[in-house]
Amino acid sequence: MSTTFTKSMARNVFYGGSVFFFLLFVALTLDTNQTLPKRDNSQNITPSVAHGKKLWETNDCIGCHTLLGEGAYFAPELGNVYKRRGPDFIKAWIKSQPTGTPGRRQMPQFNFTDQELDDLVQFLKYTSEINTNKWPPNIEG
Amino acid sequence: MQYKSQAVAKPYFIAAIALFIGQIVFGLIMGLQYVMGDFLFPAIPFNVARMVHTNLLIVWLLFGFMGASYYLVPEETETELFSPKLAIAMFWVFLVAGALTILGYLLVPYAALAKMTGNDILATMGREFLEQPLPTKLGIVVVALAFLFNITMTLLKGRKTAISLVLVLGLLGLAVFFLFSFYNPTNLVKDKYYWWWVVHLWVEGVWELILGSILAFVLIKVTGVDREVIEKWLYVIITMTLVTGIIGTGHHYYWIGAPEYWKWWGSIFSALEPIPFFMMTVFAFNMVNRRRREHPNKAATLWALGTGVMAFLGAGLWGFLHTLAPVNYYTHGTQITAAHGHLAFYGAYVAVVLTIISYAMPILRGRAANSEKAQVMEMWSFWLMSISIFMITLFLTGAGILQVWLQRISETPMGFMAVQDQISLFYWLRELTGVVFLIGLVVYVCSFFVKGETKAA
Ligand code: HEC
Ligand code: HEM
Ligand code: HEM
Ligand SMILES: [Fe+2]
Repeated sequence: MSTTFTKSMARNVFYGGSVFFFLLFVALTLDTNQTLPKRDNSQNITPSVAHGKKLWETNDCIGCHTLLGEGAYFAPELGNVYKRRGPDFIKAWIKSQPTGTPGRRQMPQFNFTDQELDDLVQFLKYTSEINTNKWPPNIEG
Repeated sequence: MQYKSQAVAKPYFIAAIALFIGQIVFGLIMGLQYVMGDFLFPAIPFNVARMVHTNLLIVWLLFGFMGASYYLVPEETETELFSPKLAIAMFWVFLVAGALTILGYLLVPYAALAKMTGNDILATMGREFLEQPLPTKLGIVVVALAFLFNITMTLLKGRKTAISLVLVLGLLGLAVFFLFSFYNPTNLVKDKYYWWWVVHLWVEGVWELILGSILAFVLIKVTGVDREVIEKWLYVIITMTLVTGIIGTGHHYYWIGAPEYWKWWGSIFSALEPIPFFMMTVFAFNMVNRRRREHPNKAATLWALGTGVMAFLGAGLWGFLHTLAPVNYYTHGTQITAAHGHLAFYGAYVAVVLTIISYAMPILRGRAANSEKAQVMEMWSFWLMSISIFMITLFLTGAGILQVWLQRISETPMGFMAVQDQISLFYWLRELTGVVFLIGLVVYVCSFFVKGETKAA
C-alpha cells in the first residue's frame, strides 16, 4: 500500500466505518422491531405456546432438528411439521419414540404428559404460521 | 521468552489441545450416528454428542484466544502481565466449569440438567451453541471480565500497539455480544434475530479482529517486516470485516420472519464479506515474500499461510456459495451449511490458534523453534488435518447438493429421511476422512514429544 495512506488514516477509517455501519444496523433493527408484529404471528402467542417453546428448549429438540432452517441437520425440519403432519400425528409420533428400527436414526422418549404434548403442538402451530417469505420451498421442509 | 508472565499462556494452550481431541472424538461419534442411526443410542443421543462437539470447539478456541492474549500482550506492551495469578486462577475456573458442563450434558438428561441449574429462573438453554446451563453462562461472563480486566490493565501500563488494541477490541466485543445469550424472548422471531447477535457477530465480526491481530503478531515475528506496514494492513482488513460483516448479519434474516428487505441488505453486504478474507491471504503471502529474516520456525510460517488460505476457502468461498437469498432459499439448513461451518471454523479459528501455539509453544519451552524432526512432523499434521477437513467439506457439499435436489427442487420431492438414505455414501466418506483428521491430530500431539537438536530462544 502506498505511503500517502498512513496507518493513522487507516485507523480512523476503521473507527469511522465501524461506528457508521453499526449504527445503520441498529437503525434497521429498530425498523424491523416495528414491522415485526405484521409478520411474526406474535398475536397467537398464548401461555400454552410459551410453555411449548420452553419444552422445545429444555429437551434440546434443536440438537437434532432444524426449526425454520436453523439447528441440526440430523432429523426433519419442524418449522412446518404442523402443516405437513397435523397435530394428532405429531402427538402420536412423540409418544411412540424411539422406533427401535435397527440402524435407523433414533429420537428419544421424553415422557411428556398430554398437556405438555398439547403445548408443544401449539408451539409448532404458532411457528408454522410465521411469515417466512415462503420458506421452505415445499412441504417436505 | 521475553517476559516471565508470558508463561501463563502454556496451560491455556495445553488445555486447548486436549479439548480439541475431545471435540473430534464426538464429531466421529456423530458421523457414525449419521449412517448407523442407533449407534450408542440411548446412552449418547445425537443431540448430546452435538452439544459436546460444538461446545468443546467454542471452549477450546476461547482457551486458545486467552492463551494467545497472555502470550502476545506482554510482548506487545513491553511490560509484564498485570496479574499472572489472576490468569492462572481463571484458567482453573474455566477448565472446571467447562468440564462440569460437559459431564452434565453426558450424565444427566438435558431437561433434568435445566431444572437443576435454574433454567426456570432465567430460560437461556436449548438454543444451538448456547446450550450451556445458566451457571456456566455466568461463569463465562466472570472469566471474560476478569480476563479483560487483566489484559486491559496490562495494556494501560505499557506500550499501546495497534495489534494489542485491535485484539482487546475484539475480546471486548466477544464479551459484550455474549450478553445477548441471556436474552431469550418467547417470540421465536425475536429469539432468532438476537441469537445471531451472538453467533454471527462473533464469527463474522469481533472474532475476526482477534484473528487478524494474532495473525499480524505472528507475521511480524516470523518475517521481520516493518510493524507500520503490517499494522496498516490489519486496520484495512478489519475495516472491511466490520463494514461488510455487521449488516451482513442480514443473510440470516431471510426466512425467520424478519422483513423482506433483509434479502437485499443481507445479500449485498454478505456478498462482500469474502473481501477481508481474501485480503488476509494476500497479506500473509505478501509479508512472507517480503521477509527480512529466516525464522527457524518453519512450521509456524506454514500455519500462518494456511490460516489465510483455508479461511478464505471456508468462510469466503463456501460462505459466498450460499449467501445470496435466491440460493439460500434452497440451501438453508442443509448439509451445505454444515460443509461451510466446518471449513470456515477450521480455516479461520482452529488454524489461527494452532498458528500462535506453533509459534509460541517452543519459546515457552525455552527454544526459538522445535527440532527439524519435530517441525517436519508438525507440518505433516498440518497437511493431514487441512486436506482431510477440505475433503470433509467436499463430501458434505456433495451430500448437500443432492439433498437440495431431491428434497427441494425435484418435481416429486422426497421426504427428509428418504433423502438421507440416498446420500449415505457421502456420509460414509465423511466419516472415513474424519478418521484421517483424527490421525493428523494425533500426529500433531506427538510432534510435541519429538526430541532433537534445537537452538536456544
Ligand atoms: C436425538 C435426536 C432427536 C431429538 C433430540 C429429537 N428428535 Fe424428533 N426426530 C428425530 C429423528 C431421527 C426423526 C425421524 C425419525 C424417523 O423418521 O424414523 C424425528 C422425527 C420427529 C418428528 C416427525 C417429523 C416428520 O416430519 O415426520 C417430530 C414431530 C419430532 N421428531 C419432534 C421432536 C420434538 C418436539 C423434539 C423435542 C422434544 C424432538 N423431536 C427431539 C430425532 C430427534
Ligand atoms: C473430523 C471429524 C469431524 C466430524 C466427523 C464432524 C462431524 C460433525 C457432525 C456430524 C456435525 C452435526 C451436523 C448436524 O447438525 O447434523 C457437526 C457439527 C459441527 N462441527 Fe464437526 N465434525 C468433525 C470435525 C470438526 C472440526 C475440526 C470442527 C471445527 C473446525 C467442527 C465444527 C463443527 C461445527 C461448527 C458444527 C456445527 C455446524 C452447523 O451448525 O452448521 N467439526 N460435526
Ligand atoms: C470464519 C468465519 C465464519 C465462520 C466460522 C462461519 C460459520 C458458520 C456456521 C457454523 C454456520 C451455521 C450456523 C447454524 O448452525 O445455523 C454458518 C452459516 C452461514 N454462513 Fe458462515 N461462517 C463464517 C463466515 C461466513 C461468510 C464470510 C459468509 C458469506 C460470505 C457466510 C455465510 C453463511 C451463511 C449464508 C450461513 C447460513 C446458512 C444457512 O442458511 O443454513 N459465513 N456459518
Ligand atoms: Fe453469518
